[in-house]
Amino acid sequence: MLAFLLRRILIAIPTIVIISIMVFGLQHLLPGDPLLVLAGEERDPAVLEALREKYRLNDPIPLQYLAWVGNALQGDLGVSLRTNQPVTELMAQKLPVTIQLALMSMIFALVIGIPAGILSAAKKGTATDYVANVVALSGLSIPNFWLGIMLILLVSVKWQLLPASGYVPPSEDLWQSIRTMLMPSFVLGTALAATLMRHTRSAMIGVLSADYVRTARAKGLSERVVILKHALRNALTPIVTLTALLFGELVAGAVLTEQIFTIPGFGKLVVDAVFNRDYAVVQGIVLVTAVGFIFMNLFADAMYFVLNPRLRGQ
Amino acid sequence: MTQTATNTTVPVDPVLEARPENRVWKKFRSHKSAMVGGALVVFFILIALAAPIIPIPDPAATDWGAVRKAPSWDHWMGTDEIGRDVMARLIWGAQASLAAGVVSVGIAVLFGVPLGIVAGYFGGWTDAVISRCTEALLAVPFLILAIALAAFLGPSLSNAMIAIGISATPIFIRLARGQVLSIKEEDYVESARAVGLPTPKVLSRYIFPNVLPPILVQATLTIATAIIAEASLSFLGLGQQPPAPSWGSMLNTAKNFLNQAPWMAMWPGLSIFFVVLGFNLLGDGLRDALDPREH
Repeated sequence: MLAFLLRRILIAIPTIVIISIMVFGLQHLLPGDPLLVLAGEERDPAVLEALREKYRLNDPIPLQYLAWVGNALQGDLGVSLRTNQPVTELMAQKLPVTIQLALMSMIFALVIGIPAGILSAAKKGTATDYVANVVALSGLSIPNFWLGIMLILLVSVKWQLLPASGYVPPSEDLWQSIRTMLMPSFVLGTALAATLMRHTRSAMIGVLSADYVRTARAKGLSERVVILKHALRNALTPIVTLTALLFGELVAGAVLTEQIFTIPGFGKLVVDAVFNRDYAVVQGIVLVTAVGFIFMNLFADAMYFVLNPRLRGQ
Repeated sequence: MTQTATNTTVPVDPVLEARPENRVWKKFRSHKSAMVGGALVVFFILIALAAPIIPIPDPAATDWGAVRKAPSWDHWMGTDEIGRDVMARLIWGAQASLAAGVVSVGIAVLFGVPLGIVAGYFGGWTDAVISRCTEALLAVPFLILAIALAAFLGPSLSNAMIAIGISATPIFIRLARGQVLSIKEEDYVESARAVGLPTPKVLSRYIFPNVLPPILVQATLTIATAIIAEASLSFLGLGQQPPAPSWGSMLNTAKNFLNQAPWMAMWPGLSIFFVVLGFNLLGDGLRDALDPREH
């Protein structure tokens, strides 16, 4: 197991290096001097010269890259031109907001997705299965920003039940915080629930045709016990690892969800950065999410071993 | 099992029945949801193609006397904030959405499939380099990558297509590579190599045709993703630029008038939903029909 994980970590290193080259390369897609990426609207020659010096912009590109990576490794991803804050600090500030959104969305996704998947697998081929599949496919096909707009229209504008936008930190007012986050996390959660339901369904269908399930049924165990105790436990391994991999979908979904509900999180930071031509922030976010995804992947691999006793000895 | 049973009772021409494309078509036809998906897709394609000849108002014509009018006999889907006909903009917007879906997936297939075949077939260092790059691209969430690329390339519909195309490329590299890895061990590939067929011939005649079916399924499903991505980029202002109509930018404007003109948000959203649902259903159906395991 350790050998396998070690191999995965070793493979992850070149991948992270390539990601950093790609992110560094983004600034060369811009027409003109990459200094503009770093300086933003700063036009003071002395400042520009200092930046040119710091990022070695007069050096050949490979050396520039090394300087950039060197700074990045020390947590320096440049400075936001709008707020003049270091990019890392800015991200650290927005992250808790998105983590709250992500956790609440995940609750919706798990509570809807997994039971729906189990039900649909247990009743494969019946009307229940059919309806669950149609609902899941619709969930995948609805643009979640539109779902958000429609919910605001119904719940906030028409019925005036929940606030349409904004953010209240849980430390300030927990109840209000949950209330404002309810709609956004439902929107994001249902999108993930659809994916999760489909994964759960196929994992369960695979397990339900296994010999030990047939044995459990032959013993005369009730269908409920067979499904929840024998089948689900074995299907859980791929489900848990896939849940870790939903990280990417979660971050991407947060971009639009936060935009619709004006939540000042990580996703809104990306969009604002794009509009303010705050390129250093865009680069920082791409780098951090990609590296985060690689770590989630490693975590999923590790979980696979932890959850599957048959693999532990290997 | 049931399929075999019906096959024996219905007399069919044995030659026709044996041909794989007929078998696939038959399976596909029996798949009701796939037919619904296909119908939705065809419907939107026809609408997009017929946009210039359908008798609808000019999608760019403003009418200050009919600002944010609810759906009526004159404007079936209402008018927007500067009096443009929503239905006309919706129909012309279908062109942008479908073009974005097809072109960006075309880019992804064109680059992804050859790279994946090369990586899978040659293995070794070539594979290691291509695979690490693929993983690096896959590590960035699809939409974040598309947004970042669109931001650096500059906002326009064609740049959005390029951005989405690049973001979708690793999906096809990985898929094609995996297919080749299993196909290249097959006896017919081994024997083609054994009789001395040059590598390009082996790739084009034996590998490529067998990689194609899963690529076709994935491409259909990715068009669905790409259409949502284009709508998202346009919604954020990074895709089709106004006043040119697109569903995403229509929604972006509509969210400011939810209270006064909810129909402005209704139709573009429903259109995205149905066209994406169509491609998803079609893709699922194709997967079942082309899967050789389930006969």
